[in-house]
Amino acid sequence: MLGYIIKRLSLAVLIIVFAITLLFVMIHSIPGDPVSTMLGPRATPELKASLEERMGLNEPLPVQIAYFFTNAITGNLGTDVFTNRPVTSIIGEQLSYTLMLIFASISWSALLGIFLGCYSAIKRNTISDKILAVLSVSFIATPSFVVSLYSLLFFSVYLGWLPAIGAGDSDDLWDQLIHLVLPAFSIGLSWVGYIARLVRASMLEIMSENHIRTARAFGLPRRWVIYRYALRLAILPTITVIGVGMGFLLSAAVFAEIVFSRPGLGKLVIDSITTRNYPVVMGSVLLSTIIFVVSTTLSDIINAMLDPRIGRQL
Amino acid sequence: MIMKQNNELQLIIKHFFRNILGVAGFLIVMLMVLSAIFADFIVPYDPIALNIKERLQGPSFSHLLGTDQLGRDIFSRMVMGSRVALQVALPTVFGAVSIGFVLGMIAGFGPKWLDNAIILLLDTLRSFPTVMFALAVVALVGPSLETVIFIIIVTSIPTYGRVVRTQTLSIKSSEFILAEKSMGSSTARILLVHILPNIFGPIAVLSAMEIPTIIGLEAGLSFLGMGVRPPTPSWGSLLNEGYTLIRNTPWLLIAGGVPLIITTLGFTFLGETLRDAVDPKLRKRN
Repeated sequence: MLGYIIKRLSLAVLIIVFAITLLFVMIHSIPGDPVSTMLGPRATPELKASLEERMGLNEPLPVQIAYFFTNAITGNLGTDVFTNRPVTSIIGEQLSYTLMLIFASISWSALLGIFLGCYSAIKRNTISDKILAVLSVSFIATPSFVVSLYSLLFFSVYLGWLPAIGAGDSDDLWDQLIHLVLPAFSIGLSWVGYIARLVRASMLEIMSENHIRTARAFGLPRRWVIYRYALRLAILPTITVIGVGMGFLLSAAVFAEIVFSRPGLGKLVIDSITTRNYPVVMGSVLLSTIIFVVSTTLSDIINAMLDPRIGRQL
Repeated sequence: MIMKQNNELQLIIKHFFRNILGVAGFLIVMLMVLSAIFADFIVPYDPIALNIKERLQGPSFSHLLGTDQLGRDIFSRMVMGSRVALQVALPTVFGAVSIGFVLGMIAGFGPKWLDNAIILLLDTLRSFPTVMFALAVVALVGPSLETVIFIIIVTSIPTYGRVVRTQTLSIKSSEFILAEKSMGSSTARILLVHILPNIFGPIAVLSAMEIPTIIGLEAGLSFLGMGVRPPTPSWGSLLNEGYTLIRNTPWLLIAGGVPLIITTLGFTFLGETLRDAVDPKLRKRN
């Protein structure tokens, strides 16, 4: 087991290093240079040269990458072009909003999804199972930002039930929760469908396994067997899916933050693109990549711990 | 052999058309493709012609979905938007599938070190959260249709590459390939004549199921103002305008969102039914 964990972790580090290198190489092979993009077309050559030097862009590419790594390890992702504040602290402020949103979205959708999946499996092939199946697919297929826009239109603009913009007063917990409802609903909706389908499939598989049949044969009540034994196993794949789905959640959060004008990583990136604040954009992209890789790695390790067969594959 | 293939195809078609959702998906996709092809004949107005006098009107007989803030006919812009969606989806799928095929087959058939290197590359590409990656690229090169296509190709290569690799690996060790090898077939012949046709089915299904994601992503990027440039009508840009005018008119949001939802649903139903119909194991279950 320890061997697997070490292997998986070193693979994760390798992927992150490779991803950063790839991003750097890509940036340099694309036409146009960051300095001109940042300063605009009317910048003087002197100004360009000084900014290039400040950002270390006049060094050869391998040196730049090496610089970046040594800095990144010490938590230094460069400084904001305008305010001269460290990028890490700017991102840190926004990250908590995004993580809170993602956590809220995945919590409600996992609860509802597990319940619906379980229900479908028990009521297999009935009308309600079939309706739920179609609903699940529809939830999965609908882009989350369209859900955001329509829930904003319906619940905020027309009905006026819920606030339309912002993250709420930072001292008022209730206000913050109210502001979280629509964005978390929009991001989580497709996950309800996804998790419901997953739980239904694994529940059906588990219900036909020997230990469940034995438990039933011993005369244990059906409900007891389902909730006590089958469901516990059936929600395992959900853990993996949430880990792997972190990338999708981060992407969906970008849209929700824009639509509901919430502070967060996504809004920070979009604002930084419009103001051409290049170090902030790169820092945020790198951080979200790292979050994604870490969460997939963690879910792989948790999975291997729960099911020892996986550990032997790598 | 030919008889058997015909039977297989008939079986797939029979199973496909027995499923109501599959048929619905097929019809929706056909409708969308036809309206994209014949958009020029369907639209009642020039989708980019300005008419400030008639700005922000509600639906009427002359303007089915009303007009936007510049007096452009929303219905015409919606119909034209289907064209942009397909313009992005088709080259993207083609590009990603081609590159995925090459990388996956090399990984599956080549030496172990090359396999490891390609897997590392695919895992790395997969580790960028798509939208964040897209924003980074757009920040550098500026928004355009080509940028969107490039971004989606790069981020969908791993999906295809991994499936092709797994399939190649499993076919490679089968007995008929061993027989071919012992008769002196070249690697190219084995790859092109035997392995390629066998992988095609799963990849076609996967592509049908990836198209909704691609169309959604294109619309999303255009919504953020990072995709198609104005005045080109796209569903994403309709949603963007609808968002800024959300307190004035709902029609822009409806014209951008409803076709988007219906199309993604159509492709998803089509893909899912196709998957069940093509796979003999799933066919039996239903």
